[in-house]
Amino acid sequence: MIIFDVVDRAGNLQKVEVPEEINLNLMEVLKASEYPILATCGGMALCATCQVEVAQGLENLPSPTDVELDMLDQLPKATPQSRLACQIKINENLNGAVFHLAAE
Amino acid sequence: MITTDICIIGAGPVGLFSVFEAGLLKMRCHLVDVLPQIGGQLSEIYPKKPIYDIPGFPEIKAEELIENLYQQILPFKPTFSLGERVDKLSRTEDGGFLLTTSDQTEIKAKVIVIAGGLGCFEPRKPELQRLEHFEGKGVVYMVKDPEKFRGKKLIIAGGGDSALDWSIYLTEIAEQVTLVHRNESFRGAPDSTEKVFDLAKAGRLNLLLNSNLHALNGNGVLKSVDIMNKQGELKKVEADYMIPLFGLSPKLGPISEWGLNIDKNAIEVNTFDYSTNVPGIFAIGDINTYPGKLKLILCGFHEAALMAQSAFKFVYPNQKLSFKYTTVNGVNAF
Repeated sequence: MIIFDVVDRAGNLQKVEVPEEINLNLMEVLKASEYPILATCGGMALCATCQVEVAQGLENLPSPTDVELDMLDQLPKATPQSRLACQIKINENLNGAVFHLAAE
Repeated sequence: MITTDICIIGAGPVGLFSVFEAGLLKMRCHLVDVLPQIGGQLSEIYPKKPIYDIPGFPEIKAEELIENLYQQILPFKPTFSLGERVDKLSRTEDGGFLLTTSDQTEIKAKVIVIAGGLGCFEPRKPELQRLEHFEGKGVVYMVKDPEKFRGKKLIIAGGGDSALDWSIYLTEIAEQVTLVHRNESFRGAPDSTEKVFDLAKAGRLNLLLNSNLHALNGNGVLKSVDIMNKQGELKKVEADYMIPLFGLSPKLGPISEWGLNIDKNAIEVNTFDYSTNVPGIFAIGDINTYPGKLKLILCGFHEAALMAQSAFKFVYPNQKLSFKYTTVNGVNAF
């Protein structure tokens, strides 16, 4: 199992457990866990409605690609900890990470 | 006042195709969209992306699909109110509807079809105290008429292509343009980036990198903006207008206040004809929800076809509808 923490917009922390070898990204897992993210573009790094702040474990994630950086660069509230959940593949690197859902 | 049979809210692929299905049944359509162009998210978010699940097209770019749909509906002479949001909806005495847009355009229709996708695309706003207070009084999110900025002092914020392009364009018109960007470089088109740096070097553009908007000042009307750099130093920049250009993000908007049954930002419909709980209002495409709903363009097309059959009863209450194939009847233009 891969286990990480998700903090919703109200500040509630919940552990999310995902089986290893699952071929999903973080946005898909958040949606499946009924977190209120729109994911308008469906995972193309084009809408930023799945923006998360990585409070812990950022160093374990692969660097953002150009497409993701292009989008992050446009956002008013992006910080160096900001990522798009749709661009984060679920794998063991996420163990122990803490993700905060960004405000809508 | 615009008078039509069907007012379609949303000019994305499903809204556009509804014009075709309605047209086959001799119903005229007027479309309203908050975006300045047709195509919805296909034009706004991913025009160059290929789509692979449109029947009959092994691969088609989003913008090509929109162009094809536009050509397909032209025989039915649709009319458009683009760059406008439907704000108010009321019933008329004859059982129809009266819609009022954000630009005060009035539209009288017998049927409303909401094909609003994920809602209205609205500008992403910076987090600033008293921001709403200055909206329309110095803070604008769209450059609709550049002439408005002639001889004025402007602050543009953002790091994308639109921030770069408008900064370049408006240096020709405005008295002073300040471009504020969070990072030290731009990821927009290399040509535009180079031009922005050249303009800054030539002293024609005030470029503030590694900086964020911090506070808005003014008594009723915007006078200046405090901008903070990464070192925490504050700088006050005089401004008649501030234009934050941080892209667009979808919101359900006024639709949520029309008495429709809504579940998680989507409108509940009857899958018989995609009608809502309000007679005469239909919802099709990504904006509706029902058991088994799939948010696919092709499902939206199907919903449009079934919707039109029921809409006919509102537009022509005394006529009987007989179903005909286009292969038999062709497309009879208006």
